[in-house]
Amino acid sequence: MSFYSEYIKYKNFDLLPMMESINKNDVQRAIQKNRPSIKDFVTFISPSAQHLLEPMAQKAQDIKKRYFGNTIQLFTPMYLSNYCINHCLYCGFNHNVKMTRYQMNEKEIEQEASTISKTGLKHILILTGDAPSIASIDYLENCCHLLKKFFSSISIEIYALETNEYQRLIDAGVDGLTIYQETYHENLYKELHPKGPKKNYRFRLDSPQRGAIAGMRNVNIGALLGLDFWQRDIFYTVLHAAWLESMYPETEISISLPRLRPYDGCYIPKHPVSDKEMVQMICAIRLFLPRCGITISTRENEWFRNNILTLGVTKMSAGSSTAVGGHTIKEHHHSQFEISDKRSVEEMVHYLKQVNIQPLYKDWEQF
Amino acid sequence: MKEHHAKTIDNDLFEVGGKILTSRLFIGTGKYASDDIIPQVCKHSGACVITVALRRVDFHSKTDNVMQHIPEHMQLMPNTSGARNADEAVRIARLARAMGCGNWIKIEVITDNRYLLPDGYETVKATEILVRENFSVFPYINPDLYVARDLVNAGASAIMPLGAPIGTNRGIRTEEMIHILIEEIDIPVIVDAGIGKPSHACQAMESGADACLVNTAIATSDNPVLMGEAFADAVHSGRKAYLAGQAVTQQWASASSPLTGFLSSLEKNS
Repeated sequence: MSFYSEYIKYKNFDLLPMMESINKNDVQRAIQKNRPSIKDFVTFISPSAQHLLEPMAQKAQDIKKRYFGNTIQLFTPMYLSNYCINHCLYCGFNHNVKMTRYQMNEKEIEQEASTISKTGLKHILILTGDAPSIASIDYLENCCHLLKKFFSSISIEIYALETNEYQRLIDAGVDGLTIYQETYHENLYKELHPKGPKKNYRFRLDSPQRGAIAGMRNVNIGALLGLDFWQRDIFYTVLHAAWLESMYPETEISISLPRLRPYDGCYIPKHPVSDKEMVQMICAIRLFLPRCGITISTRENEWFRNNILTLGVTKMSAGSSTAVGGHTIKEHHHSQFEISDKRSVEEMVHYLKQVNIQPLYKDWEQF
Repeated sequence: MKEHHAKTIDNDLFEVGGKILTSRLFIGTGKYASDDIIPQVCKHSGACVITVALRRVDFHSKTDNVMQHIPEHMQLMPNTSGARNADEAVRIARLARAMGCGNWIKIEVITDNRYLLPDGYETVKATEILVRENFSVFPYINPDLYVARDLVNAGASAIMPLGAPIGTNRGIRTEEMIHILIEEIDIPVIVDAGIGKPSHACQAMESGADACLVNTAIATSDNPVLMGEAFADAVHSGRKAYLAGQAVTQQWASASSPLTGFLSSLEKNS
């Protein structure tokens, strides 16, 4: 059983005309439901719902408070390696981009980890490009053994793996998997990934499931917003999350909302997403999947992040760098994408406390 | 059937897990905007017992550690939130004791993240192991009589049935099932989860629950200190009503007896 069979059911679903037929009354009725259906989710992301964002936000805030409290979980990414054999047209680490490629060694990883851990953060997200012969499973296992000394929870955002490979990394100390489908639109996906292992749509699509089967505690999925119409990609993302929640109830499923940012190669999003649409998306997810985590990264700017804190977001990155060794190595500063919210962890924590939100540094450890 | 010998609120102390408690309101530490407020909530709610999720505690951090906000007089009840099976719950419990959190442990084993409902089978397994290791075990359960009996046999100190799923604030939705537990189970019944407002806690206590654990409704209130006080009043009041023995409720008005009135005319004539 794969999510692909669920995807196929809805593949030719004409979402955009259906949304046009939804009116304000439909939205109001959907907001009032205790257990909204996937059809109600479509209502929440429809143009008519844009006129009812305030009541949606009020309910989203209430749900967030009840399930997650007045808190935001903090983490930071740590880029280990930027070697990549993929040709993703939108990515700053694309194989064709002329840049210095680098992979941190043990000593550098320890220095980087030590610097990050001084901020108090206990949750780390490690990232690599897609180059299994360089950033190999052996290399990653070794990294995890080093990182366990500094962090209570390690998540990975790397190339898609087989189940047994995920299991090896879990045994080495990993408890979370982040993997984005980028776009669920199968044909567009093929256009955007012309070469490299990532070209395999199905293998990518099934990787969150393989992670859950392997025993990941958290699986975080998402689409890169701006590649396709946001409504289409968020619809399939949410469908995927709901399917994973129902198939693997032991696994905590969450959704990231990465909005496409210009990188050094200047990929211009074909379908830019406005702030208002981002808010609509956050509220819609919170209303439809009350327990699902929602992650917002430092791709978003300070003003926007400050204003969406209470709307349903549960996790935020802070003090981020998207360059390999970005916290300690000065000479390898080619970034995957531009950081918008440049606040340090300390500044972020200070702000959260000011607005009565508790920053959570630690929410799990390997017992 | 359980008998409550205490007939007045003055000598109504609550004995559980080898301790005698002066309050029947248990509180939590999660979901607060800031942990700095916890000492005030402890003080104003009068609670003696506080639960804390070990997953959130960073014993190595001197600056950001929830434990530093918990007043010394409080009875700690660490919980195993995040455990997905008995083994994980047992490991968390052992760590809690090793780190100086005492012998009390609230078992939470949740294998369904959508509804956050506890797994009775794994909870019983963890309880059996931890009781043998001399823990005072407080298992969080669905109000299920069979699970409750297994927990009594395993040596649990109390049972903690849910009123409604965690975080829902929907009140005592499982009232009938909780009544059965109160009737049938001879260890304390502490209603946990789903209590959204003081009247819900009062309702549980009126029905004969021994105590209530309230976290979300206090922690996410605009004024947690005042809400803690409100819950204390409600728990106290509900307990008083239970001890007083409530008037029998009737479904129909009792001014006349339309169905049996003819009997009194028979009596008059005899």
